[in-house]
Amino acid sequence: MKWTRRDMLKGLGGLPILGSIWWAGAANALVKSKDRSEILERLKIEPSLPNALPEIGGDPIRIGIIGFGIRGEQLCRALGFATGEWLEMMKEEERLNGNTQLKEFLEQEKLNLRIAGVCDIFDVRAENAIASFSTPDNKVKRYSTYQEMIRSGEVDAVIIATPDHWHAPMSIEALENDVHVYVEKPMTHTIEETYRLRDAARNSKAHLMVGHQHRQTLSFKTASDIIDKKVLGHVSVVQTFTNRNDDNGAWNYDIHEKANEQTIDWQQFLGSAPQIPFNKNHFFRWRKWWAYGSGLSGDLLTHDYDRLNCVLNMGIPKYVTASGGIYTHNDGRNVPDVLQVNMDFPDFSTGSTQAPGKEKGMTFTYNATLGNGYNRPTILMGHDASMELGNNLTIWPDRGSTKYAQLLEEGKMNPETPIYHYNPGANIPDAVSSATSQYFADKGLMWTYIDGVRVNSTYLHLREWLSVIRNGGDLSCGIKEGFDEAITAHMTGLAYKLGRRIEWDPLAEQIVPIEDIDLDEVLLTST
Amino acid sequence: MTELLQREPLLKSVVFLRILIGWHFLYEGVIKLFNPDWTAFGYLATAQGPFRSLFIALTGEGTIGWVDTLNTITLIFIGITLILGIFEKWGAIAGMVLLLMYYFAHPPFPWLEQRNVEGSYWFVNKNLIELAALWVLYQIPTSSYFGLNYLLKREHKTIKTPQS
Repeated sequence: MKWTRRDMLKGLGGLPILGSIWWAGAANALVKSKDRSEILERLKIEPSLPNALPEIGGDPIRIGIIGFGIRGEQLCRALGFATGEWLEMMKEEERLNGNTQLKEFLEQEKLNLRIAGVCDIFDVRAENAIASFSTPDNKVKRYSTYQEMIRSGEVDAVIIATPDHWHAPMSIEALENDVHVYVEKPMTHTIEETYRLRDAARNSKAHLMVGHQHRQTLSFKTASDIIDKKVLGHVSVVQTFTNRNDDNGAWNYDIHEKANEQTIDWQQFLGSAPQIPFNKNHFFRWRKWWAYGSGLSGDLLTHDYDRLNCVLNMGIPKYVTASGGIYTHNDGRNVPDVLQVNMDFPDFSTGSTQAPGKEKGMTFTYNATLGNGYNRPTILMGHDASMELGNNLTIWPDRGSTKYAQLLEEGKMNPETPIYHYNPGANIPDAVSSATSQYFADKGLMWTYIDGVRVNSTYLHLREWLSVIRNGGDLSCGIKEGFDEAITAHMTGLAYKLGRRIEWDPLAEQIVPIEDIDLDEVLLTST
Repeated sequence: MTELLQREPLLKSVVFLRILIGWHFLYEGVIKLFNPDWTAFGYLATAQGPFRSLFIALTGEGTIGWVDTLNTITLIFIGITLILGIFEKWGAIAGMVLLLMYYFAHPPFPWLEQRNVEGSYWFVNKNLIELAALWVLYQIPTSSYFGLNYLLKREHKTIKTPQS
């Protein structure tokens, strides 16, 4: 049995092929992984982990709900309370298109609280809350005014999800009575009440949380670390956007069939707003009028501004200019549906990798339309790298970077290939029901991912608030953050309405007065 | 048919096909073996089609690790058997099973949205074609023509010779 050369070739011919492929695969994988770890080591980015919060012990916290509309219902679900109607609807959606919201709701950890009362001036909504959340040993009580609820001694904390012009009066009333507050954004409706609310919060034993739930999103916390580690270098421009193109996104919400003067306490809705006759359109779609809402600047810009303030901590802009108009929904509204905002922060810097003094200052732009749904990502543009920021996060090195010049030259980095990508969701398909929810989801405003599991960020935000109420500690969106957000929104509203540059005086902590103009009056007027 | 199978050009072309498929599988396996971060999670989690829930079930915390390891080992096993020419029928069967799973995880059905695909497909895609090619390899074994089996068979023959 002597093997010839021919035998060896025919029998063992596959061996060199096998060896070569193995070598090539191993070498390629190892080189890539070596380059990658060299880059990662250089960047030193630490993906953020969720905060460990102390347990919310003791007796259940007694919560009062003020405003049980669309947002009020969402907040209650984040607290663990869904209406029968919603549960039915989600069951159907789960069956039809695999929507996972019901499953996530049911898996959400229970918080130590009970819904003690509800205050909604539309009977149908108040009754819905009572019917859905009352149990044999906890009857949800209806209060006809917020003062009555706050002073009843029967609630420890209130959640305010009302039109904007009610945010501050209700928050102040609660804080003065040492009742904790979770208030939706924008925190206030006028400049004057922003200061009054700040004083009330500073003087109260109770805690105030502003409802910017994205502060719980892990990608933003990671982004914050990236800025601290100076991965992007000096960021000179930040671009943010809103694109929506559906009724819901344009605030044309459904008008309830049972809405009438008997079922709605119209006077209480109006409050300090101009006294006009009963108007269902104004009641359900209040976001479209300056008298009750604040349009793109208060409603949606605040999300983008606070998302970035949470990452960069840049504070109130020195200058704001804005333009826009009612270009897509000429339906009687008086807030703009297209808006372009430029905010300048001439003294702000995220750090420089070039000669001292060369780089300083940043422009933040916000561009919004309610007539187009094309998704434009938030981008932070630095001298050394650019970062795209949403629920995911991606960083590209810049061709002209000083910091990465050598790595770019060696071909270990190239401007077309991201050097860092953070995707805590790892491609989990999201069954999002509407275009507007997709808008919020893409921006990281609806949920975050913890160990690959989707978690409602509003739930995390509320949980943090409840934990601080019980155990003390710092809130991630308290009065300081709320003050920055509210003032910035008001400066934008003024810039748009007056068509001039609005300036902030950081030392005097006030918007630089304009002769013969009452700024708050401008904010509230219809044009 | 037997005569056909003994035609040199046919055997050579099937061997060539066998090496190419083996090459493809082996390289995929080795790349995964040496990349500790690789996982099938995203691929499975975005599965579509009639077996969607089955694939998503594989992404569970307790199972995904096993799925990843088993996939890498199987890819390498198929690559080795086809390139070296030993247990090639087992390699072909394992390959068909894997490809069938890949095919159904993201089936090119016109009513499903095609994600991350580089071509245009209508029911038939490259996974299905490679699967059919493996079927051919299963039907036309060539390892005793080119491969370790050639040596084993020859050894077998030489033992037999004195007896005859």
